[in-house]
Amino acid sequence: MAWESVIGLEVHLQLATVSKIFSGAPTTFGAAPNTQACAVDLAMPGMLPVLNAEAVRCAVKFGLGIGAQIGHRSVFDRKNYFYPDLPKGYQISQFEAPIVGRGEFEIALEDGSTRSIGITRAHLEEDAGKSLHEDYHGCSGIDLNRAGTPLLEIVTDPDIRNAQEAVAYLKALHSLVTYLGISDGDMSQGSMRCDINISLRPAGTDTLGTRAEIKNVNSFRFVEKAIACEIERQSDILEDGGEVVQETRLYDAERDETRSMRSKEVANDYRYFPEPDLLPVVIDDDYIEAVRASLPELPVEKRHRFAAQYGLSTYDAGVLSDSRELADYFEAVAAACGDAKMAANWVQVELLGQLNRSELGIADSPVSAADLGGLIARILDNSISGKIAKQVFEHMWQGQGSADEIIEAQGLKQVSDSGALEAMVDQVIADNGAQVEQYLAADEGKRKKLIGFFVGQVMKVSKGQANPKMVNELLAKKLT
Amino acid sequence: MHDYSVAELAQGLREGRFSSVEVTRAHLQRIAALDERFNSFISVDESAALAEAEQADARRAAGEASALTGVPIAHKDIFCTRGLRTSCGSKMLDNFVPPYDATVVSRLREAGAVTLGKTNMDEFAMGSSNETSYYGAVRNPWDTDAVPGGSSGGSAAAVAARLAPAATGTDTGGSIRQPAACCGITGIKPTYGRVSRLGMVAFASSLDQGGPMARSAEDCALLLNAMAGHDPLDSTSSTRDTQDYTAQLERDLSGLRIGLPTQYFGEGLSAATAACVQDALRELQARGATLVDVSLPHSELTVPTYYIIAPAEASTNLSRYDGVRYGHRCEDPQDLLDLYTRTREEGFGDEVKRRILVGTYALSAGYYDAYYKKAQQVRRLIRQDFLDCFEQVDIIAGPTTPGPAFALGAKSDDPVSMYLEDVYTLAVNLAGLPAMSVPAGLVEGMPVGLQLIGQHFDEARLLNVAHQFQQATDWHLRAPGGID
Amino acid sequence: MAIDQHEIEKIAQLARIRIADDQIGEVTARIAEILGMVDRLQAVDTAAVEPMANPLDDTQRLRPDAVTEENRREDFQAIAPAVEDGLYLVPRVID
Repeated sequence: MAWESVIGLEVHLQLATVSKIFSGAPTTFGAAPNTQACAVDLAMPGMLPVLNAEAVRCAVKFGLGIGAQIGHRSVFDRKNYFYPDLPKGYQISQFEAPIVGRGEFEIALEDGSTRSIGITRAHLEEDAGKSLHEDYHGCSGIDLNRAGTPLLEIVTDPDIRNAQEAVAYLKALHSLVTYLGISDGDMSQGSMRCDINISLRPAGTDTLGTRAEIKNVNSFRFVEKAIACEIERQSDILEDGGEVVQETRLYDAERDETRSMRSKEVANDYRYFPEPDLLPVVIDDDYIEAVRASLPELPVEKRHRFAAQYGLSTYDAGVLSDSRELADYFEAVAAACGDAKMAANWVQVELLGQLNRSELGIADSPVSAADLGGLIARILDNSISGKIAKQVFEHMWQGQGSADEIIEAQGLKQVSDSGALEAMVDQVIADNGAQVEQYLAADEGKRKKLIGFFVGQVMKVSKGQANPKMVNELLAKKLT
Repeated sequence: MHDYSVAELAQGLREGRFSSVEVTRAHLQRIAALDERFNSFISVDESAALAEAEQADARRAAGEASALTGVPIAHKDIFCTRGLRTSCGSKMLDNFVPPYDATVVSRLREAGAVTLGKTNMDEFAMGSSNETSYYGAVRNPWDTDAVPGGSSGGSAAAVAARLAPAATGTDTGGSIRQPAACCGITGIKPTYGRVSRLGMVAFASSLDQGGPMARSAEDCALLLNAMAGHDPLDSTSSTRDTQDYTAQLERDLSGLRIGLPTQYFGEGLSAATAACVQDALRELQARGATLVDVSLPHSELTVPTYYIIAPAEASTNLSRYDGVRYGHRCEDPQDLLDLYTRTREEGFGDEVKRRILVGTYALSAGYYDAYYKKAQQVRRLIRQDFLDCFEQVDIIAGPTTPGPAFALGAKSDDPVSMYLEDVYTLAVNLAGLPAMSVPAGLVEGMPVGLQLIGQHFDEARLLNVAHQFQQATDWHLRAPGGID
Repeated sequence: MAIDQHEIEKIAQLARIRIADDQIGEVTARIAEILGMVDRLQAVDTAAVEPMANPLDDTQRLRPDAVTEENRREDFQAIAPAVEDGLYLVPRVID
């Protein structure tokens, strides 16, 4: 039977605040264990939560970024369960009245099409600490530095159909939240963690099968692989006439498989109820409008603008608008050289290629946007050929100066002096009598092909610096 | 010296008639000599108290004295005190020495008060008799075979026995007012949100409120001046301005309308207690007040409503006691589940366990709507009853308890009958109102209290009425026998 | 709503409280009495009543996003039952 997968994602996003969501302890990553856990984070007796204004602002920014309804009155609840990394024995979260309601989110797929993913809700909550499983005389160690870090949990509708869409969604989400500046979105540090809900159903039906939840997948690649192997596992079960068990699973990257987790544990009953230590959070329209006014141009808007304003393909516009820094860089290059398509091409092929090879981000690029624009300008004004430009770019990458400085220092300027070119053309014609005869004997159609040989020879003699357009014209004139 | 009120001590210290060290030492000596009989203190650090007294005297000498500088007081062992064990009456926190002060404690320190020690209480403030304390029952100074009330029974007994001129207490369902009534002292539970809950070990977050316990309304006002006020670290702390709670004490009562809820004078109230309350009301009438019959139609629902909400909140507030970061931890836990279940089995007493179980049940899947949500709805009806009454009257009055203190052990095996002891006090916490208990007479030698209930944030009016009553009567000056 | 011993065991497990076998009967009986008392609420019609979570109709104040707490690990861990290398120790956690 053909199966269709139904996938929903829950992303836990750490918000970029300097202090915790309910306490004044710092949120910096990587501090010595328990040095950033204050009395509130440790759930010392009598300690009380006070809500961080910036966490609320981040959540509202996100909500506006996906066009969602903002909860004018949102409520925090206690989610009760015992775990050593949860000091209070409950997590303060939002259950019935989240701060961000329903929204929609457009993602661009590799084939250039776009899809809209429904966002069910997003709510604020506190992160838990970490259990370290190194052996301390048969014990685990608990570090509560992360406890109380603000999280926005973003839940999608079960709209996602395959691993590629899931990854495209996560990349788009990453792009959005970094544009908004509400999170660094760094999956390797756990700033963005993904739970995957996945079930299968016979293709073409609209019933929902039993789902499994894969917890805490922490890279785009693992999300893709975890979904692929979970689809395979579930379809094997269903093909054999079995039933999928509703459970929480863990993706094991080393074995590339998912395995059941906490299956022996008693069924949880979280006993949600309104957190009596906090009051309802009321957000008025003035607040919402002030936040809206502070929003930057968002990735989707930018993508559409790039396509319309610069005539770029959806795919190219998507790549270039992926991060705010890259988009700004591209626009600066385009402005400097005056040709957006050339700029798009150079940024995507040469610049991103080099950055990827060197594992650098756009902010670390050794070539500034102005300098790259300057290089492209030299192609456009025929000072150098595209081929020479690639050499110049190499030198620029190595920090040898601007395009003009390198062209000057290395004498790479294109030869457009007609006298010098004529001498070269004459020499090539003199040296290649056989080819000249062949050319002259050929008809018009063949000649167009054969002339390339002579151009190549002239370029060789000129070490690539001859102006190809002028060479073509001269050859055409002389070979008659 | 132990017969001096807070006001008298403050004045004497101001006038240099005695030093804080002398006053503090006198009270410490009384605690050492007499508290064996009452068991009203859990922890006393004499040297720390005397050191604080010395500092107070030094500040006064330097001309830096504040209102309560040098006045010794006791704190209920529910308030965290930096460097001084804070047990909350539980084995769970028997070894817990907080590295911080509760806001109430730090505010009283700032006002100059000296900490004598920490008073006994029902475990985690869950009880109406002080019999659930891990440190043993407190005995009523008026009759050591009787309970002192609870949960702030240690504070009430210490003040009644003149071991401390005043003490802090907390009131979740009557825990300041009921022991104050049983021990013949004055206590006020302020409006929810008036006094910070930070550093006060939580029982039921939406009901808990700290307040002062002393011999007179005037003393309560002096302490409340120091305790009340906004705390940015408590989200439920009110930002409303406080007042000088002593400013209106002398206001006369003419024109005051006092509501008497019919439900508070019906079945269950002992006749002798009713007679004391009626006498007290006549006294207020004589001073110009008008008595008006009012109704609180949902009164009969307060006990069930409270005994869902309080245990539900408590059940999760007490989840933090897991043997990981502080407090009791069982020996040699076999695994994580064993660590949790045995630590909590050993660390909590029977009543605390019962309430955790009831609360867990009330919040659990399938029961939430029938219990917790229902109770939250009825809670609104109960508050509305009061708001309706306050359309007609300025304050509400009635008995604090159905009768005087009962005998030790009389109800300790019967939780439901124990819960009914708080029938007149619980509604106030559900509605978040301020209320106080004022000594109003003796029934067979045991004190009973008049309860006064005010509108939200109208503590000053309550203290005014109580003070005027105490100008006309001397019940608050009566002391139990055999304590000299 | 009557409650039986089995339910008490389930609740006790949720609350992570061990109840000794010889006490479970007594605990069940007491809790049944308490639930019997609170069951009076079931008769009240509250269909039109908004639940009240808090006695004040205030709304949440927001705290400026600033670090106000310093590292006090020494103080906090001085009162901890088991610590090593700055970590709180618990019996092995198995995921």
